[in-house]
This record gives sequence, C-alpha cells and structure tokens, in this order.
Amino acid sequence: MQVPEELQYTKTHEWMRQDAGEAVVGITAHAQEELRDVVFVELPKVGKTVKQGEPAAVIESVKAAFDIYAPVSGTVSRVNEAVAKTPQLVNQDCYGAGWLFAVNPSAPAEVSSLLSAEAYAKQIQAETH
Amino acid sequence: MSDLLIFERSVPGRRGYWLPPSDVPAVSVGEVLPEDQLRAAQPPLPEVAEFDAVRHYTRLSQANFSVDTHFYPLGSCTMKYNPKLNERVAALPGFAWLHPLQPAAQAQGILQLLYELEQCLCAITGMAAFTLQPAAGAQGELTGLKMIAAYHRRKRRARSTILIPDSAHGTNPASAALSGFTVVQLASGPDGLIDLQELRRKLTKDVAALMLTNPNTLGLFERDIKTIAALLHEQGALVYMDGANMNALLGIARPGDMGVDLLQLNLHKTFSTPHGGGGPGAGPVGVTKALEDFLPVPRVRKVGARFRWETRGRATVGRVHGWYGNVGVLVRAYAYIRTLGREGLARTSRAAIINANYLKAKLQGTFPVPFDDHCMHEFVASLKSLRAHGVSAGDVAKRLLDYGCYAPTVYFPLIVEEALMIEPTETESKETLDAFAQALLAIAHEAQHNPELVRRAPQRMVVDRVDEVKAAREPNLRFSTGDAPKVPGTFGAGRTVAS
Amino acid sequence: MDYAPNTDAQLQEMLRTIGAGSFEELISPVPAELHARELDVPPGLAEAQVVALGEALAGRNRALTEMVSFLGAGCYAHLIPTVVDALSARGEWLTPYTPYQAEASQGTLQAIYEFQTMVCELFQMDVANASLYDGASSVAEAALLALRATGRSRILLSEAVHPHAREVLATYLIGSPATMQEIPTVNGVTDLESLGKALRDDVACVVLQQPNVFGCLEPMGQAGELTHRVGGLFIASVYPVSLGLLQPPGAYGADIAVAEGRCLGSPPAYGGPGLGLFTATTALLRKVPGRLAGCTVDQAGRRAFTLTLQTREQHIRRERATSNICTNEGWLALRATIFLSLLGPRGMQELAQRNVEKARYARERLRELAWIAPAFDQPFFNEFTLRFDPAHPVETVNRRLAAAGFAGGFPLAGWYPTMPQGSLWCVTELISKPSIDRLIDVLKKI
Repeated sequence: MQVPEELQYTKTHEWMRQDAGEAVVGITAHAQEELRDVVFVELPKVGKTVKQGEPAAVIESVKAAFDIYAPVSGTVSRVNEAVAKTPQLVNQDCYGAGWLFAVNPSAPAEVSSLLSAEAYAKQIQAETH
Repeated sequence: MSDLLIFERSVPGRRGYWLPPSDVPAVSVGEVLPEDQLRAAQPPLPEVAEFDAVRHYTRLSQANFSVDTHFYPLGSCTMKYNPKLNERVAALPGFAWLHPLQPAAQAQGILQLLYELEQCLCAITGMAAFTLQPAAGAQGELTGLKMIAAYHRRKRRARSTILIPDSAHGTNPASAALSGFTVVQLASGPDGLIDLQELRRKLTKDVAALMLTNPNTLGLFERDIKTIAALLHEQGALVYMDGANMNALLGIARPGDMGVDLLQLNLHKTFSTPHGGGGPGAGPVGVTKALEDFLPVPRVRKVGARFRWETRGRATVGRVHGWYGNVGVLVRAYAYIRTLGREGLARTSRAAIINANYLKAKLQGTFPVPFDDHCMHEFVASLKSLRAHGVSAGDVAKRLLDYGCYAPTVYFPLIVEEALMIEPTETESKETLDAFAQALLAIAHEAQHNPELVRRAPQRMVVDRVDEVKAAREPNLRFSTGDAPKVPGTFGAGRTVAS
Repeated sequence: MDYAPNTDAQLQEMLRTIGAGSFEELISPVPAELHARELDVPPGLAEAQVVALGEALAGRNRALTEMVSFLGAGCYAHLIPTVVDALSARGEWLTPYTPYQAEASQGTLQAIYEFQTMVCELFQMDVANASLYDGASSVAEAALLALRATGRSRILLSEAVHPHAREVLATYLIGSPATMQEIPTVNGVTDLESLGKALRDDVACVVLQQPNVFGCLEPMGQAGELTHRVGGLFIASVYPVSLGLLQPPGAYGADIAVAEGRCLGSPPAYGGPGLGLFTATTALLRKVPGRLAGCTVDQAGRRAFTLTLQTREQHIRRERATSNICTNEGWLALRATIFLSLLGPRGMQELAQRNVEKARYARERLRELAWIAPAFDQPFFNEFTLRFDPAHPVETVNRRLAAAGFAGGFPLAGWYPTMPQGSLWCVTELISKPSIDRLIDVLKKI
C-alpha cells in the first residue's frame, strides 16, 4: 500500500504536505480503498477556520458519508475544485490531483503530533490484521 | 416492446381524458387574470391516449417485486399480507369523499372510528393516549422527541442528550439530532442487548431520554427493560420505544407495562397497511398520562354519545400534519384490528415468532446467528464466512432476487458483520419458509463453488446490477426532451421478473 | 379471523424443528410479570361483518358525493379518472416496499422518475423529489432547508399562508433558535411594504402561498425580487391544479416550491394521506430532503433507475441527515403520475380553465344577494372570500345550507379573528351550474 515518505499522516487516514507555508490535505490510499467509489466531496469554504482533529470536509460514497478531519488548525486557503467536479480523482490519484483542501496553519507546533510515513504504515498494518 | 418512458410514448395531439362540456358561461382568461399571472405555455406534460397509459403503467408494474407476488423477509419492516378488505373499507365514499373541514355533525362516523382506533392502540400497547397525526414512523419519532423536549422544558430542566443503542435504526439518531438533541451511543453488550454497566456510565443528569427498540433490531427481547426504565426514571429521564417491532409483542407484552413513556407504532408494518412502493404510512404516538398534555392537537373527544375535535391543548407541541393525519391509512388499520380482534392479534405474534425461529433453526447451521437465544419475530444472521470466497451479504441479497425472493435487510444492524436481517412475518406459509431456506443454502453452496455467479447477481431481473456510482456522480433526476434515447431494455423478450 | 396460514398442527411441527417444547419457551426472555392479559379489544370479525361495520361508520358521515360542497381552504376535491383507481389498485403498485433494491423495483423507480419529471414540468423547477408527507410538512421542510442553506435564522411568512402549514413549521422549530415572523396582508394580499421593512440580511427565507389562503393571487415576482435582494430564499406554496393556467413558480424566481398534491388524482379522504410536492433549483440539490430517483445504466448498458444521493438520508448519515424522512407518499405519487399523463397539457389547461369559469359564475350569482359581498378586490383562481353582513352570521347560513344539501364556504373567523363574517368559497369543476343556481335559490330564502 502506497504511503509516500515525504508526507505526514493522521490516525484518521488523512495525509498532509507542507508546501510554502501552506498545509495541503488529502486522504490516503488506504482510506480511498476502504471508501470505494467516491461520488461526492463536500469541501469547506475558503476562509473557514478549522481545528486539528475536527471534521473539515465530507466524502461520500454511494452507501456512506465520511468525515475528513483537519490534520492541523488554521484557515482554509484553497480548495480543490477539480475534485468537486470529478470526485473519482480521489480514488485515482489521492496523493496528487485528488488533494482536497489547503490550510494556513495557525499552530505550527501541532505538526509534531502527526504520524510519520513509517508510523502510519505500521498503523494500517495493525488494522488490517 | 421496450421500456420507454411515458414521455417517449408521447405523440403531439393525443389525450387520455376529456372533461364534460362546460355548463357555465365561457370566460376569457386573459380578461379576468393579469397577464403576468398566467403561464406562458401549456405545461409540457406527455400527450398519450388512455390506452397508452394503461398499457404503460400495467407493464411497468410488472417490473416490480411486491408482497402480493414475492416473499419479503425484510427485517424490521414487517412485510405482511395487505388485506384487500381494508382497501374496500377505506374506499367507501363515506370515508374517501369527506372534507376535513366539514362540521363534526357531518363526520360522526370517521370521528368514531378514530376514537375507537385510539382506544384499541391503547389497549394493545398499554399506553394511556395516542396521537394519530404523524404520517410515518419517522414523523412519529420526531413528534415524540418534541414532546420529550417540551416535558423537560416544563420541568425547567436542561436536558440535551438522547441515549441510543448502536443497534438502532438510522431514523432514531436522525430524529434526535433534528430535534436539537445530542446523540450519545450506547455500545451493546456481548449478548446483543443494552449493557446495564454502559447505561449507568452514560446516564448523566444531561440525559433527556433513552430511545430503544424492543425487541431490538437483532430480534432479541430486552429482558432488563423494567430495570432500564427504572434507571432512566430515577434520573428524571424518559424512555422512548421505537415500536417498529411491535409485531413480536401483540398479546405477549405491553410497552406501557414495561415502563415505556412514549412509543410510535408503524401502521404500515404491524398493522398491515400497504407500503405502496414507499408510502403512505402512519406513525401514531402513544404516551403515558404524564405526557398526554403534550400530544399534538386537535384530538378526538367523546362527549356523551357524540364525537368532536378538541383543538385546544394546554401544553401541546402543536400540529405535525396539515389535517388529522393519514386518515385513509388509519381506516385500513382499524379494519385490520377489527378483523383480527383480540384472539387474532395474539395469534399473529405467536405465528410471527414461530416462523422466525423456524427459519433461524433451518439456517443457523450455515449462517451463524451471533446471539444464541431464541429470537422473537426476526433474527440477524452473519454471512461473514462467505468473505473467504469474496462474496458479501450484499451479493447474496442480489442473488436471492434471482431465486424469486426479495432481499432481506443487509448491513444492518451495524453491529453484526455482513448482516442479513430476516423477518418472515406470520402471513408466510411453512412452504414459503422452506423454499427460502433452501434458496439461501443453495446460494451458500454457489458462493463456495461458483462465487462469480453470486457476485454478478442479479441475472434474471429486467435489469442487471445497477450502476449506483454513476447515478450519484452524474445525477439525472428528470427526463429532458433533449435526452438521447438510451439503449432500450426489454420487458418480455426472454427477460421477465423471476417468479 | 387472522391471516396467518400455518395451521396449529404445522406450528407444532415447526416447534419441533426449532427444538422448543412449547411456544412459551420461545418467549422466555419476556419476564413473567409482563405477560399480557387478554387484550381489551373487541373479538375478531368475519369479512362480511367488517364490511357491515365499515358501511355503518361511513354511513354516519355525509360524503361529498351526497352533497354539493364549496369547501376548499387547502383541501380540494377534483375529478379522478377511472384509470387512476384501476391501475393503482394493482398489487404490484400497492404492495411493494421502498425501492432500495433497484433491480427488483424498476417499476416503482421509473414511475418516480416520471413523477419527478412531471412535477418539474408543471412547476417549471429544476429538481423534484419523490414526495414528502403532505403540503404542510413540505412548507416546513422548505423553511428548514433555507435555514441550513443560508446559515441564517429568521423565517418570514405571509399571514395568508395556510395556518396549518405555519403551525407545523412552528412545531418543527421547537428547540431551534430560528424564529418565524408573520407579514400582514392588505386587501387580501401580502403587503409588500411590510415585507420590505422586515427584510434584513438575517432572513433565511420568505414564504408566500399562491393563490393565498383567501384565494387571492399574490405578487410573487415582486416578493421574490425583494427576498433575493437580501440574499434570502424565496419559497412558494402553490396549488397544483391552478398550474394548468397560472404562472408556475419557476417563472417567478422561486428557489423552492412546494404543494399539497393530493388533488392530482386522489380523493380528499378527510385530509390524509396527502402528497407533499417539493421542488427546488439545481443549486439546492444536495440539500433537498426526501428520496430522489435517478436515471443510470446497468452492467449491460441498459437504462435503469435507482434511488440516489441517499447519503443525505437518515439510514446513512444518521445524526447528520438532512432530514429524518424514511417514507414518502409513493402510492399517491403514482396516482398523480397516471393522472397527469392522462390529462396532459391540454387537459390540465382545460381543467384549470373550467375551475376559473365555475368560480366566476358562482361568485357573480352570489353577489346577487344584498347581504353578500366579495371581501377583496383581487384576481383569484377557483377560491374567493366573501363577507356576509352581520344580520347573516356565517355559521347560521351554513346550517341552513347543510339542511338543503350544501356545504357552504368555510367560516374564516376561527383562523382570522379580524374577519368574523368572512367565508371562503371554492368552486371546482365537480360542481354543476344547476347546483350553483339551486344554491342561490336557497340563499335567497334565508
């Protein structure tokens, strides 16, 4: 299962990439496989305040709706309109074109509570046993 | 012959119905109504002849499963036979052609029926009073929750939480949240029932009520119900019972005696009114004396030998229906209760429980039922063992369609893996139950030796497995004349609904 | 009499298969002290007795088939083609379950899709759902949607919106911080000036009824514009039969349009079951409550139908559902679909036309009486408000009419205390000219 080294992860299967002062967020390959076909993504409004560990977006499959939690607190700076139009991007390219939203982080210290690629890979291994 | 839409059968100039000629002076609409209040063009409805419509809607009906044609062992839905006698009574002009604003003097018959229905429901459930207004079980729940909120407000208590077992039907938390409450989930115990420790842990001073189903969605009777009710009452909280599973309790136990404060019944389940492909239903709510003041108004009152509507209620939550509720459905339920009478109602639950246990006995060797006791009127089997062959409960449900049986409820309750919830009801014969058991066992065999067959099911319906992902990603919720004609399916040419 | 086919002998055999000695063993988890005594319900009856009982009770009602009724006020009696009854009585329409298993429910699902389409066409709106419980709860659900969609908390409703719809909304709002404010009428229609004054940027929606409760036609376009200027949603509660002629809500900028649709193919039935019609613009699609049937394909590429966008609904979102609705009014929606396909564009226009003509004839003749005058000088469809002079109390007039086989106009005093002599009259195509003429004769003798 793909777990890119350069990203950081949450226990709730989100990834985060630090990109010029912005935190870009998406869901992991493990998550999109569990979800199966994504049919709709409800993205937060730009400018919305989000808190670490609280729901910031919703991803829907045919049969279920899943909360996507903010890995860090801050203000939403950008959202991925492409995913709103073509939800299957989340399944096809979850680490790239299927990114969800970006946040201007307000508490840089929070990053230390995120999981490394290695730690996350261990977690999903444990889960699937 | 192909499965066209009625719009695709439209031919300009065709008509299906004519009004008699007018017997009053003609009026030029443009002269009596302002231009800007008038439609620019006729509504673009289809133009078909009467016979076009008759053939279209008759053939379309044949693409449906229905209780009249197929077995529906749907857990918690109580898909029993819908007696035609009830239809006959409801269609009497004295009921069907009555206006809700006619004075009581012109409506004594329906008022008497509604009054007697309320009395019967009280007798059956042990509750003190009922409102017949809610149009469905879910609306009944909402009404009950509004009453719970009003009850606590009157006692000047701030209670904002509702406890709900994790086995509950989705309408329970949805109704609770919509009524402004926070939902706190109760983890079920290892025996599938409410765990008293867990309940005590979560029963804080903030709890307004517990919402439970009894028997629960696993078909198990909450044997500690009196203790549970006592705990809630001690904390000044209420017990709401989702009465969806009432078919297990007729003449066996009464919720009012269990300490239940409010419950809703689903007349389209226990009381045989037809589902109609999604409604109408009715969800009357029964309460104890302590909560009677909060019931929606108006209510039927008997004064001497006459009946009338009482529109005032000191502490009523108000009105939940435009008029008096789904009266046509209430008439059907009344006819059913009068047909069955006290012995028939008791026999109904007995037969429902025996039918369910019989099926369970025939299946549990192959599909374990996680909670071992005898069940009440329904049970939940786990199809987890089929995962090894790559077959899910959902696949089995689809394959059952090929065997001529509507699929039982799948993936619910959430606490059983690969759940199949089965409720045969009392109106199914032993022969039908035997055939169903045989079908399920045959499918289990197929899953082992030919799993692809099960995964590709259904194969014998008018359509193969439907692409729900496409439907959700590209919502197409209405026909537009610009739509290109789709590949027509065929009703009849070698593909019929399996019998 | 009961409907459980298995004989006692069979039930005994089944107990043996179960491995239980008796039925009581099966219900052993039920505590002994809860075991019910005999139910206090009358003994059962055979079919013929139930029919006799039903006829006796129905006979104590005065059906509209036995009298000439001028009652409307939110519940309208219209023609019902024979074919609607004949087709909808089929077991395959009456007895299926909710169409969750698409492959076994293509009939119901296609019918819902056709229904949704026809309602959109009649209303000129983008999206229609598979129906809600009734017109009143549809108004309530529309207001709730506006609260969710705008994040605001004030709801403005004209006082000429049916009181029962407003009462249902009030019940739905118990426990919510949202507030309802009533906008007054002037000369029978909503006062746009008052509306303008009440509109601020905390208004989630404005609700008007067309025609309104007094039967008068409202300035919907202007009200809509005012509402949109502050960013609120404009909600119209309409009368489906009138849409054969009257401007549909989509044409005057309604964001949500709802109605009581029972009048399309089903009898009044003392007010229930109803058929809540609910339509909206595309922008609001994902917030629409209730079921939606969508068109898709099956694995072989055949056109197929399925319930879709279900993640809004209770069985998935649970506590985050857009509403808790589980049932719609499927059977009445089917009847409405058949009704609309039989009438078609010309039939609906003619039906509306007939109502306009009958109502005008009746109103003209009623004005012959010196003690009767129209209450408002406004355009109307098939319903109008009259004012009787104080020497002829409305209830007294109605009692005299009842004795002569008429149900007179609905006395408005109970709903609108400032109109003690107000009387609401509805004339549909079911009422013949001779009946209207006879009505006038009876009134002249009072």
